Amino acid sequence: MASAETAIHARGLTKRFGTLAAVDNLDLTVRRREVYGFLGPNGSGKSTTIRMLCGLLHPSAGDIDVLGCQIPRDAEALKRRIGYMTQRFSLYEDLTVEENLAFLAAVHDMPRAKARPRIQQLVERFWLEKQRKQLAGTLSGGQKQRLALAGTVLHKPDLLFLDEPTSAVDPQSRREFWDSLFELADEGTTLLVSTHYMDEAERCTRLAILDHGRIVADGTPQELLAGLPGRTLLVDTPEPRRAQRALRDLPGVIALAQIGMSLRVLARDDAEIGSRVAARLQSAGLTATVDATAPNLEDVFVAATAKPSERARESA
Amino acid sequence: MSLRRLGSIVVKELRQLRRDRLTLAMIIGIPTMQLVLFGYAINLDVRNLETAVLDQAHTARSRELVAGMAATGVVHIGRSVSSAQEIDALLRAGEIKAAIVLPADFETRMERRDRPPVQIIVDGSEQVIQAAARQLAAYPVFQDRGWTGNVGGVEVVNFYNPERRAAVNTVPGLVGMILTMTMVLFTSIALVRERERGNLEMLIATPVSPWELTVGKILPFIGIGLLQTTVVLLLGDVLFNVPLRGSLLDLYLAALVFITANLSLGIFISTLTRTQFQAMQMSFFTFLPQILLSGFMFPFAGMPIAAQHIAEVMPLTHFLRLVRGIMLRGADLTELWPSLAALGAFIVVMLAVAVSRVRKRLD
Repeated sequence: MASAETAIHARGLTKRFGTLAAVDNLDLTVRRREVYGFLGPNGSGKSTTIRMLCGLLHPSAGDIDVLGCQIPRDAEALKRRIGYMTQRFSLYEDLTVEENLAFLAAVHDMPRAKARPRIQQLVERFWLEKQRKQLAGTLSGGQKQRLALAGTVLHKPDLLFLDEPTSAVDPQSRREFWDSLFELADEGTTLLVSTHYMDEAERCTRLAILDHGRIVADGTPQELLAGLPGRTLLVDTPEPRRAQRALRDLPGVIALAQIGMSLRVLARDDAEIGSRVAARLQSAGLTATVDATAPNLEDVFVAATAKPSERARESA
Repeated sequence: MSLRRLGSIVVKELRQLRRDRLTLAMIIGIPTMQLVLFGYAINLDVRNLETAVLDQAHTARSRELVAGMAATGVVHIGRSVSSAQEIDALLRAGEIKAAIVLPADFETRMERRDRPPVQIIVDGSEQVIQAAARQLAAYPVFQDRGWTGNVGGVEVVNFYNPERRAAVNTVPGLVGMILTMTMVLFTSIALVRERERGNLEMLIATPVSPWELTVGKILPFIGIGLLQTTVVLLLGDVLFNVPLRGSLLDLYLAALVFITANLSLGIFISTLTRTQFQAMQMSFFTFLPQILLSGFMFPFAGMPIAAQHIAEVMPLTHFLRLVRGIMLRGADLTELWPSLAALGAFIVVMLAVAVSRVRKRLD
């Protein structure tokens, strides 16, 4: 089970809502000081998994060990040591920045003498000095996220759960937000972050791709990318839309995406795929050049989440 | 339970309340409005009640008597009828609120004074009209002063509601009704609002305990309830001269216990519902039986036994006994302990159930 080096260890984690398995027999290991990413489409079970790991939802089956606490049994003890940033802004919109933080400090039983300097420190660190007396409901999206993060780390938790923390903020704010996350990781905090942005997933130290409540791929971003050798092609053609139609039913092709005036092809593991694509295009009367290209995380994601339907097609 | 955490919930609630102008206005607005509306509807002298006359005597004296009654301004004699059936029909239809009947043997009755020579029939379904009837009943039919016989000049026949209630009963009862409505309403949305706005998910991921959360949400409203009590009592005194015959301290103690009972009920409702709208609906669902069965609207003794049993579990029933006892009969709390004990039991049960239902989980 969890050692000093393991922050989260879950085996066979399952959550059923009625007949739907939102999380389906999921195994997960997160080491300390990792920035662990959950990448997956809406409804893939990211939030449900995080809520079970925090002790907010009872698993239907499976064992969870978080920071040495058995969940759900030790959930209350765990709550003092974790921070959970909800997907939706969940601080009080009718309290000011300062009042929200003071409330959270008190709820975490922080003595007043310690709370005041800590709040001051966080307000400075997350650039909220000018907004101190402003109602949280009137903050911008990025400011709200920074306030939420400040509230989540106020009691210096060892482990942070962040559920799609940047879904409502602009790219600049997202960058700043991720800088803050890495600062926290440097200080020794373990982070589990869910997202559906590829660029964010790429920044994680480890990554799990979730689909229909299962982990369909996991590893470091480099490992995941290395798992797709020779499987991504770039087709340069004056008629990318016609090329797309021509390749749609070619066996071995998983996904096609038009990128500007070229076509990106993701294929199953098949050494011959390059020549077969070229042959098909030629027989369709299209002039095109086919080159191998480096895979990106989106390819990994599409390849991983396309698997079930691929299997279905093969068995049919 | 940590006092620091409990205190933080109380402070947070007060800060939110301070910025919630609508609720703030309701705290003072509801009691003031209800008291003024109810109070004046009851105490204001009724003028110009639509009235029919059935004069079967047709004498100079009978006509003079009717004119004299009309001159009081209480009744407006709009029509004259020729049969008792007509009166019946007009009353039922609501076209008249009262009828003056002068029997054929009016002159004989005036002389012999063994039966009342004038009969006034009133629509007892409306409280205000009963009050008017009492005014008319005092009309001096026998002009000579010092008439001490045991037959009055006017016989009042109260249709639909044979029991007349003292208007002064209503203001003490209003304290109870206003507290019931506002206290239950405010707390019933308290927890569910946190759920709706998404704050609950953040809260339950912290070390805050169900007791701290529940009690922390109730405490600020105890102060607000006492403030409302003060507003109603002051207005009741200034506007309507409602007496306080017992001790003020007893009255506030009773109010304190009753407020807590209502807040517990509100918090309990809050744990049952998923949205603020549902919470409000359910609160109103608890108001109606309390208003109807507690003795606020209808005399308790007149209700069927089954209804009385139901009423015994309602806080308002017990508070009405307390507040009427203290304010009107000058009783003290030691005499009224069964009602106080009933409220105490209600609080314990409601709070225990509510806290057990506040789970720090989302499923």
